[in-house]
Parts: sequence; C-alpha cells; structure tokens
Amino acid sequence: MITFDAVTKRYPDGTVAVDRLGLEARTGEITVLVGPSGCGKTTSLRMINRMIDPSEGRILLDGAPVDTVDPPVLRRGIGYVIQQAGLFPHRKVVDNVATVPYLLGWNRKRARGRAMELLERVGLDPAMGERYPFQLSGGQQQRVGVARALAADPPVLLMDEPFSAVDPVVRTNLQDELIRLQAELNKTIVFVTHDIDEAIKLGDRVAVLRVGGKLAQVADPKTLLTEPADDFVREFLGRDRGIRRLQFVSTGGLRLRTDLTVREGADGRGDEPWLLALTAEGRAAGWLARGRPGELGPAGTFRHGRDSMRAALDAALLSPSGHAVAVDEQDKVVGVATRQALDEALTEAVHG
Amino acid sequence: MGDGPPSLWEWIARNWDTGRAGSIRDLLSDHLLMSLVPIVAGLALALPLGLACIRWRWLYQPTAAVFNVLYALPSLPLFMLLISVTGLSPVTVIIPLIFYAMAVLIPAVVDGIRAVPEHVRQSAVAMGFTPLRRLVQVELPIAAPVVIAGLRVVAVSSISLVSVGALIGQGGLGMLFTRAYQNPFLPPVVVGIGLIVLLALVADGLLVLAQRLLTPWERARRAT
Repeated sequence: MITFDAVTKRYPDGTVAVDRLGLEARTGEITVLVGPSGCGKTTSLRMINRMIDPSEGRILLDGAPVDTVDPPVLRRGIGYVIQQAGLFPHRKVVDNVATVPYLLGWNRKRARGRAMELLERVGLDPAMGERYPFQLSGGQQQRVGVARALAADPPVLLMDEPFSAVDPVVRTNLQDELIRLQAELNKTIVFVTHDIDEAIKLGDRVAVLRVGGKLAQVADPKTLLTEPADDFVREFLGRDRGIRRLQFVSTGGLRLRTDLTVREGADGRGDEPWLLALTAEGRAAGWLARGRPGELGPAGTFRHGRDSMRAALDAALLSPSGHAVAVDEQDKVVGVATRQALDEALTEAVHG
Repeated sequence: MGDGPPSLWEWIARNWDTGRAGSIRDLLSDHLLMSLVPIVAGLALALPLGLACIRWRWLYQPTAAVFNVLYALPSLPLFMLLISVTGLSPVTVIIPLIFYAMAVLIPAVVDGIRAVPEHVRQSAVAMGFTPLRRLVQVELPIAAPVVIAGLRVVAVSSISLVSVGALIGQGGLGMLFTRAYQNPFLPPVVVGIGLIVLLALVADGLLVLAQRLLTPWERARRAT
C-alpha cells in the first residue's frame, strides 16, 4: 500500500503543485489520479519514487517512509512507465526490457531470458527483442515500456499517462491488455491520466484532483459517477455521466425473448414486425422486416451477462429493429432484448 | 630523373632512416605524437568541461566565448607567446592545438548530451540509474555520434596544423617544407604533403570505424 500523508509540494516561486494530499493506493489495486493539467497528478506520482521530494508530509510504501531509502535503490523496486515510453534508443529492445535486472546485477543471460519472457507476456513477438526501439510502432514501444517496468517483478507500478500518445484504437488495446495483465499480476498500480474515460475504465479507485493539487474526491468509478462530491467533479466527469454509469449495470438481469428468431432463408411469419435470422451455427445473420423477405438489416449484439447495459443499449441503437441481440461467448444468439426489456432495465438502473 | 638531383624514391630511401635527427621516420613519429596528444588531451578536457557546462548552464556561454577567441587566434603568434614559457619544445605546439581541439569538442559534448531526449533521461532516472551510470551508459552513448563527428574535425585539423610548428623548429613533417623553402627542391614537399594527407585519412578512417563499432544502432537506423 502507498500512503500519502498530508503531502504538500511547494516550489521556490511559491507555486503549490500538491496541497496536503491524503490518499491511499491499496495493494493489488489500480488507483487512478485524474484531473486537468496543473492539478499535480504527475508531481504526486513522481514523489512516490522520489523523482521529486515533497516539501511537507510523508509518503509511505507499505508503512515505510520512502525518504529513508536511497533513491536509485528505491526506484529499482518500483516499475515506471511514461508517455513516450522513454526507451533507450541505443539499446536493443531486449536490453531495454532488461534494464532494471542489469542494474540489479543479474547476469546477462538471466536478464535477457527474463526480458524475452516479458515481451511475450505483453503480447509482443520475442523476435522483436533484437530490434531497436525506433523500428517499432508507437503501440509496440509502449508495450516494451510496460515490459521494462515489470522486468524485475516490482510490487508497485507507476504509470504516467502511458497511453496518451497513441491512436485511439491502439489505446483501447493497451488498456484492455493492462486490465488482463493486472488480473494475472495483482500489482499495486498508480496510474496518472487526464482522460476521465480511461480513469473509469481502468481504476479500481479514482482520485480526482483539482488545479492547485487539492484532492476533490476519491471513490470507485461507479460511486464517482453516481455521487460526484461537488460541481467540479460533476463537471469534470462530463455530460455523458448518465450513459457512462450504465457501464456498471450488468446485462445479466435483462429479460430476453427467444421467440423472435427464425432460421436464415425461412420466411418470417406472424405479427412481429422484426425477426432475427440465424445462421446454421446459431449466430445472428441480420434482422428481417415483415413483408421484405431476403433483406437483412444489421444486428447489434452484446455478450449477455458480461457486457454492460451501455453495450446493450449501443447494440439496440445499431439495429433497425431497435432490439439488442444477446449472444454468448461463442457469438451464438441466446435471445433478444427488446426495447421494452431495455426500458425496464434502465428504469431499474435509475431507481436501484 | 636520372642525373642531377635524386629522384623522389631515391630521396625517400636515402632520408627514411638516417640514424640522425630529422629523418623522415623521426619526423613522422614526432608528427604523430604532436597531433595525437592534442586530440586525446582535448577530449579528456572537453568532456568534464562540457559536462560542467550542462550542469551549470550559465557556464556555457563564457566558456564557449573564451575558446572561440582562442580558436580565432592564429597559431604562429600563439607559438611565439608560449616560447617564453615552454621554450622551443613540442609542448609549445601541442598546447595551442589542445585549445583548438577543446573549442570544437566542448560544443560537441554539450550539444550531444543535450540531444538526449528528456523522456529518455527521465526514464533512466526512474529506472534507478545512479547519475554516473546514467552518464556512462545512457547519455554518452547517445551523444557519441555528435562527439565523434567533432573528433573527426579535430583529428584532421590537428594533423594539418602541426606542420605550422616548423616555423619554430617543431613541426614534425612540416620540417620538410621549411627545408624545401631554404633549398628549392621538390621531393621533401611531396613527401611531407603526402604523409600528412595519409595520416589524416588514416585517423579519419579509424574514427569512422570507431563510430561504427560504438554506435551500431545508428547503422540500423540508416538502413531503415
């Protein structure tokens, strides 16, 4: 656990970057520091590994003040990932990843072996180890950055806007990968971002900081969205707070109809204006409108019980029928959530 | 060729190793020493000074100004000035050449290390490098191409400038020129120029080789 105990950082010119910050980053959790620029989130992060020393207050790492440890020694025990990856351009990827093991005095063979293992772990071909960083794409470099931070298996990981400089698709991939890795590794992660969506997606707990380095609120993402502490937090969360809250509502309780499907090629009969055509494998082929056989409209799907209500609503909006198609892990259709069913679930979400 | 004055090759053969001071071989080794010492000493002095200029920013402008003025001074008056201190010895030639080397190498060191991207430096700090290790393993290797480019200029100009020392009797191969001036005769001039150019080419080639060995990533970068 990382504890900020009334930490203040004041610069010689009088600027206060962090103002009496009290915060705990729990062991095995992702704690996200989020806020506009000038809120002191990066400064706070850098005080943990003593790249910056606080003016007042203390930071404890599992109960021990960090200022009792020699900075280089402290830092070798804390993984660190930064925005542009910060890879060493003159070292091969494998040696970049092995940086901290080398600093800890591991022999070359063991350090490189460990580095190869980590490249695989972050989803890179180990053959990339022999390349130089500039031969990699931005997303790949960022993965190498994560592998490097993990190389000596530190219990704590600091991440300073690690995914801000890559394009949105790659960013989403990297975020998913981090969630997957964290499920395996259970590190204590402090993650800095200015992107509230990223904070809500990744954080077990989210600390919102305001300009001047004051903590506005710290809570789990769902609580943050439902009960913002004040106008600043409410405004920072943005306009779609209601929609985003649906991310935390499960589709498990959604009432599904199973009488709205028909085999592909068969004619739709009955009174229903829309029927869902299924392939031979039981996957969604498309929506059939009554009276227009052979014309298939796109079917929006969500994974029943695993995706959130936000995904279900999105699926409904993508279907001409206005219904969302529930599928299982193999993409087989398990039923249809009608508008009515979605409406019921939304009503419950608002009141429950 | 034939009768009269000896041919170029005869002259070389006769003067290569006479066993007396002033043989071509002696001049060559004098020349090598007088140009090598400024290159090595120039680098050895420019490194810490350059690093100091990075550590204390205000130091760079005055340091650069001083060395630029030294660089602007013609070598001959500098030699004359130094004779009163160091006499008619190779040191009198070597000292100004060290200054010239530093004038080129201090900016090379400063520019090279300042070219290390800030995020690379920051991440080195965050990984737990000590300052010395960061300098040796991260900053200097990344600065190496710029520093070596400076060294190539210094090597060639030092090798060429040593010959001016002939005017005070300490010019290595340059002595062959003064000799030819006193007694119009072509072979010494040809040999002097030839050997000086050869030395410069060899020194430059060695530095290019060193750069290739020291900075393999630069070659990979050019290949892409």
